[in-house]
Amino acid sequence: MSDISMPIPNVHIMNERSQIIDRLLSELGEEIVIHDEAETIAYECDGLAAYRCPPLAVVLPRSTEEVSRTLKLCSELGLPVIPRGSGTSLSGGALPTADSIVIGVSRLNEVLDIDYDSRTITVQSGITNLGVSGEVSGNDFFYAPDPSSQLACAIAGNIGMNSGGAHCLKYGVTTNNLLGVKMVLMNGDIIEIGGGHLDPAGYDLLGVICGSEGQFGMVTEATLKILRKPEGARPILLGFDSSEVAGACVSDIIRAGVLPVAMEFMDGPAIIACERFAKAGYPTDVDALLIVEVEGSPGEIDEQLTKIKEICQRHDPAVMRESESAAQSDAIWKGRKAAFGAMGQIADYMCMDGTIPTSQLPFVLGRMQEMAKHYGLEVANVFHAGDGNLHPLILYNANIPSDLEKCEAFGADILKLCVEVGGCLTGEHGVGIEKRDLMVYQFNEIDMEMQLRVKDVFDPQWLLNPAKVFPIDITHARRNNNHQYKAA
Amino acid sequence: MSNIQYPNSEEEIAEIVGKANADATTIEIVGGGTRLGLGNPVNADMQLSTSKLSGITLYEPGALTIVAKAGTPLVEIEKALAKEGQHLPFEPADYRPLMGSKGEPTIGGVVACGISGPKRFQGGACRDCLIGVRFINGTGDIVKNGGRVMKNVTGYDLVKLLAGSFGTLGILSEVSFKVLPLAEKTTTIVVEGPAHSEAIAALSKAATSPFDPTGLAYLPADDKAARVLIRLEGFSNQLEYRAERVSELLQSFGTISRLDDKQHLDIWQQVRECSKFAGRAGSVWRVSVKPGDADGFLNRILNEAELEYFLDWAGGLIWVFACDETLGANGGSAGVTTILRNGLSGIGGHVTLVRASDKDDVANSFQPEAPGVAALSAAIKQQFDPANILNPGRMNASQVKAG
Ligand SMILES: Cc1cc2nc3c(=O)[nH]c(=O)nc-3n(C[C@H](O)[C@H](O)[C@H](O)COP(=O)(O)OP(=O)(O)OC[C@H]3O[C@@H](n4cnc5c(N)ncnc54)[C@H](O)[C@@H]3O)c2cc1C
Repeated sequence: MSDISMPIPNVHIMNERSQIIDRLLSELGEEIVIHDEAETIAYECDGLAAYRCPPLAVVLPRSTEEVSRTLKLCSELGLPVIPRGSGTSLSGGALPTADSIVIGVSRLNEVLDIDYDSRTITVQSGITNLGVSGEVSGNDFFYAPDPSSQLACAIAGNIGMNSGGAHCLKYGVTTNNLLGVKMVLMNGDIIEIGGGHLDPAGYDLLGVICGSEGQFGMVTEATLKILRKPEGARPILLGFDSSEVAGACVSDIIRAGVLPVAMEFMDGPAIIACERFAKAGYPTDVDALLIVEVEGSPGEIDEQLTKIKEICQRHDPAVMRESESAAQSDAIWKGRKAAFGAMGQIADYMCMDGTIPTSQLPFVLGRMQEMAKHYGLEVANVFHAGDGNLHPLILYNANIPSDLEKCEAFGADILKLCVEVGGCLTGEHGVGIEKRDLMVYQFNEIDMEMQLRVKDVFDPQWLLNPAKVFPIDITHARRNNNHQYKAA
Repeated sequence: MSNIQYPNSEEEIAEIVGKANADATTIEIVGGGTRLGLGNPVNADMQLSTSKLSGITLYEPGALTIVAKAGTPLVEIEKALAKEGQHLPFEPADYRPLMGSKGEPTIGGVVACGISGPKRFQGGACRDCLIGVRFINGTGDIVKNGGRVMKNVTGYDLVKLLAGSFGTLGILSEVSFKVLPLAEKTTTIVVEGPAHSEAIAALSKAATSPFDPTGLAYLPADDKAARVLIRLEGFSNQLEYRAERVSELLQSFGTISRLDDKQHLDIWQQVRECSKFAGRAGSVWRVSVKPGDADGFLNRILNEAELEYFLDWAGGLIWVFACDETLGANGGSAGVTTILRNGLSGIGGHVTLVRASDKDDVANSFQPEAPGVAALSAAIKQQFDPANILNPGRMNASQVKAG
């Protein structure tokens, strides 16, 4: 699957670039349209930086109405649209094509309502994930889904990808914390779905919008669940001589009825890289580290940690270090939070994101090391162990032309393995372009056809983020039948 | 109805539906038959029972996942989970007493109706725990979506769409859930006395505390005094601490007491199953609002008609009952539905008629969606079941088969 290809840009659009820009400027105003190539280049990629292509233009609306006008115009002209939050997607979800208009929500970042009695917050979708928690933190509330990119990523992108985070084992992912959206359809229609109340009547459109990767409409506002912070939280660091044993320990903790808020796993290569980078005090002579965090009152925390230590003892741990202060807790998390940065210091890397049944953990980790040997590339694992969501980081050298290809082939093999053992291609990063061509390993034609028919409903013209999520040969007919450029 | 089929496999369902689609035979889908009264009545050419598709196909307690065929009795699943100290966190309710129905509730029926019990506001809804489905669409294709792992964003989330679609998008053949450990111990604190406004304030106070209640209900005065119920869960050694904190927090709202274990289990079963209105002549509605809007809503509707009610989900779910006399004075179930929907104007939320005393008069059990949203829903139905043969009309009364 190496060398993921995007459709050839529409020649008519490319030929009439300047007329199109004139239309955008005259109908939308120059305050919100960016077309200078020196500036559009800032939007040429997302977090999957190996793939780049500046869009034809970028529009940054200041209101839902402006989003609506922009989409309506693009719909009339037949221009492909790439919705964009903060552009941190790791799967190429926000990657433009040369004939597309990027519509970004970065200017939509107001908080519209906070209702503590109902435990909801309503925001414009460009606000960052951490920004939401920041708004309510003073009152001891928080927004639960916490992707590691939370400082940068927008709620819009979180909804687009149905993002997760370290604390999802207990609190769920975006879809479990999203109560309503205001969304603009491709034709400019503004719809509202859900709200502060639970379980709206009718089909669960909100559920299928969340995670639709910008292919159904542009979300401009969202109502989110906020939660009261627990009285306290404390992590424990557990080190083991083998990944198998660490995996078994994870499963035993869950079986024992303890529900930690987080169970993060690091394998040998990841531990060494993180320790070198963050100096978190991790033991570097173990093969696997678990960070297990529990919450509650001081008594509840003690009791849970005691139980966890008992279980862990049965697995003969090499290290068992319970945090005794806020500073120690920070240190335990510091290495994990720096993982991506740490790996970036060593090499270029691709971050994979498959999920497996947790019972398959030892087998899959073992297979992965064999594959690493086969491809001659290193792989480090940092992931959410409680829910089986793996993040193998495959290290490669972008200056060696064949390395990226090898890395992608290796990544594809890992993801196929995830599917084979009963898991899936992506647990939280989305399909984007990265896993697009692997969809056939998880879904048969009918499974995909049913999904495509839902896109037909929301975006009959197939203009929204059109060449993503599904193999392009499968969507070819739909994209080309419907997506006809009309002269500007 | 005599024309009922009992397919033994997914393939057999697909064959039946494929044929039905070709000759426009409409199908009413029957799980245990215990919830057929939910939604609008269906008048179909044949019935299809999922009862022969039964059994747990996979259960991994260490991975918190269970997979079962759609016709599996709910009790079978609950028993298997309980043996491992786990449960379905959305607390599915048994509506037999309320609906006056018989039969054995199936897991497929629970999912199709998307119904969640008292824990919903804290532990999530049925749709939140559902992680995978297999179903047969209206043209007889076997479709899968989601899977057996709890973190999965591969492709669109049709799992959510199927949950609560009342069998109108497809016939479920297999469902997978994320399950959770049962708490070691649970208890209920009662605050006796408050009228609804103060009760709602008390519920909010508990809900916004760090003590993570898993049940928050209010039973207004009847032959007993009004009661706010706070259910707490935790480790045996620690629960007393939470109970004390919550009692302190709420002491200004009324007299605080604790239920013993039996009372505790009984009362939450009553809340879950809406026992208060079971076996009484009249109509029952569920109203979903933001908890912060519950007080305003109640003030409006209680002024309009003689209604009974109680609150669940920290005030976010209001069960409403109108006896036959009230129905008579207010234009029947349809008239009272209008009163309730008007009560929501300007605040948002929705009203669902769960059980109608006089069903034939009722245009639609479900709150109509805004036109833009309704158009999307109708288009989705069209994509999944183009000939409208699956449970025609159950969710949308105007969708009944023409001719
Ligand atoms: C260092 C790093 C760590 C990360 N850690 C995590 C993690 O722990 N968990 C996790 O889940 N992800 C993680 N990610 C991935 C990424 O941050 C998430 O996918 C995030 O939600 C993307 O948000 P964004 O605002 O950057 O969206 P973008 O990248 O701009 O867009 C993401 C998708 O959403 C669509 N979209 C954007 N805006 C809208 C809109 N208004 N309406 C509709 N669709 C829209 C886009 O078209 C695209 O398909 C990480 C990324 C990085 C770089």
